[in-house]
This record gives sequence, C-alpha cells and structure tokens, in this order.
Amino acid sequence: MTVNWKLGGVALGLVFFLAVLLVKPIGVSTQFVILDGIIADVLNPDLVSKTEEGYSSTNAYLDKSNGKYAKSVMNPLNYSFVFVLAMMAGAFLSAMLRGGNGADENKLPAIHYDNFGDTPLKRYAIAFIGGFIVLYGARLAGGCTSGHMMSGMMQTSLSGYIFAAGAFAAAVPVAMMIYKKG
Amino acid sequence: MQIVLALIIGAAFGFVLDRIGATNPTVLIRMLSLRSLGLMKAILLAIGVGSILMFVGQIAGLVDVGHMSVKTAYVGVFVGGLLLGAGWALSGFCPGTGVAAAATGRKDALFFILGGLLGAAAYMITYPSVKATGMLDAIAGGKVTLGTVPGAKYDGLMALPGDVLGIVLGVIFVAVAFAVPDAPRGDAVPTPAE
Repeated sequence: MTVNWKLGGVALGLVFFLAVLLVKPIGVSTQFVILDGIIADVLNPDLVSKTEEGYSSTNAYLDKSNGKYAKSVMNPLNYSFVFVLAMMAGAFLSAMLRGGNGADENKLPAIHYDNFGDTPLKRYAIAFIGGFIVLYGARLAGGCTSGHMMSGMMQTSLSGYIFAAGAFAAAVPVAMMIYKKG
Repeated sequence: MQIVLALIIGAAFGFVLDRIGATNPTVLIRMLSLRSLGLMKAILLAIGVGSILMFVGQIAGLVDVGHMSVKTAYVGVFVGGLLLGAGWALSGFCPGTGVAAAATGRKDALFFILGGLLGAAAYMITYPSVKATGMLDAIAGGKVTLGTVPGAKYDGLMALPGDVLGIVLGVIFVAVAFAVPDAPRGDAVPTPAE
C-alpha cells in the first residue's frame, strides 16, 4: 500500500541524501541514451570505439564531453546503469510485498479507464507517445525529474529551478485538459 | 564498491518510488491536474530533507562537497522541461517512475520505455542541429548554484553563503510541503490504494 506523504517524503529525501553522501546525485534519463547506444553498437559496431585517449563515437551526442557517454556504452556495468537496474529490482520487490497492482491496473491505469473506458491500445499509444516526448525533452534539458528537479533543486542549482518551472508550466494544463475525470 | 552502492541505493530508490505511489500513473496525473497533492507534498518534503541533510553535513564536514554535481543552465533546460512536462502529464510517467512502473508489472510502462528509447535516439540524431540553434549555450553562468557553496567547484548566482541558503531553502521546502493542501480543487477522492 501507499505510505503517507510524511513518511514517504522523509524516506525519499534520505535516499537522495545517501546518494550524494556516498556517490553522486541521482539521475535516470541518461541511461535511456546508454541503452540506445548499447543496442546501436551491436547493430553497428563502428558506432563507439576505444581510442588511446579514451572513448569516442561517430555520433556527436555520444562523443560529447570527451566521450563520456561512449565510455558508459562500452562499459555497461557502471554505477549509473546498474543503479537503474537495481531501481527496477527495488520497485519489483515493493510491488510484490504489497501484492502487486492487480490485473486490471496492469492492463491500464484507473485514470485512463475513468476518462477513456476500457481502451488498452489507446493507453499504450498514449504511453508510447508520452515516453517519446518525455525522453526527447529530458535529453534536451540534460536531465529529468530525478536529476534536474529533485537532485538539482536539493543542491540549489539554478538549472533545477529552470527545469521545474518548465515541467510544471506544461504538465498542469496538459493534465487538466486531457484528464477531465477521475 | 561503487557497484554495491549502486545496487543498494538504486534498490532503495525504486522501493520508495513504488511506496509513495509514484509508479502509478493515476497518482501522478491526479497530482499534475491538482486533484490530489499527497505525492507533491512528499516530493517537496524529500527535496527539503535532502537539502537540509546535505548542507548541514557539509558544514559539519561530514559530506564531501565534491560529490555535488550541478547541471548547466541553458534555454534548452526550460524548453526540454516543457516537453518533459507535457509527456509526463500525458502518460503519467517520467523516466525513473516509468522504468520502476514497468518492473511492478504495468504493461503501459513498457510502451513508455519503448517510446522513451526512441525519443532519446531521436535526440542523439538531432543533437547537432539542436546545438546549432544556440539553445544549449550556457546562460547566467551555466553550472551555478543560487548561493556560493564554500569549497564547491561551482560559482554562485549570488554572493550569499550557499550552504546556509541551502538549509534555509530546505526548511522552506519542508514548510511548503506542510502548507500545500491535499486537494486544492476540493474533489478529493482518496488516491486509489493498491
């Protein structure tokens, strides 16, 4: 079951604090690029290569910052990528311990049912398009809700505030327009 | 050692995301449409708690200032934020919660991840032309914090002591978390519990 906001907020804050204390701030969206790079490098082995100075890529984005992303693509067992895999394991464990979402919810969430009825294909199309826009936006912004908003604002970084302003300026009207019920 | 920490902190993050309801698109959309702000309160509280602990720890010498990682400010941060916000409200997922939701068994989250991988790939391909617009050029000093954090490699937007400012802002986040109403539109049906 869902915990109350006070307990949940303190627990979430502790996780973000522990990350900065022990390693570095939490971020997720970069790993979509790394997984893309891993897949693309299998299809086209020339995409990423090891050079004498480090790593480089024929893709300008993977090659930027001295091949930082190219290096992660060649070494998937790095901190940030394993972090995301572990995050999935943690969410899975939590879901199992509370008995799962139930078959109806796993098919489509209640808010979609309330607004659009039993239309799973419509829901999957919305999720797919949403995913495309979210990750394009996150990469353009250089981070997502975890990296920019939570980790960023927690560190008082200017970019975190700019990002949060943009995200909520779009999210609130869109959510209100599309989901009238529920 | 880093990998062990990735496993522990990552698992804790995923576990907590699920427990606060962030893996449920209904909870997210009800938050973004201002119907039920319990999750918003949790997020604000988390930012406040994280900020206070980090900056108090820095002042006490227990937290390495070098672990801070501040991202560059540029116009694209705002534009990207707008896009992310629109997709977030549409789908009820953001990158982290979408991946975590897929792990809890939500089928729609798999489609979100697939779309996300294509969206990230589209950015990789269009990156040179995005860069050419100048939208990625640093503004306001780029990698800056609001105050000047002692010992940090980042400049401050203001000359105020950044660690003290961080604690003050952290306290404000906590206060706002308590002040935000649960249901500003007054039609609060309790968020569906799993």
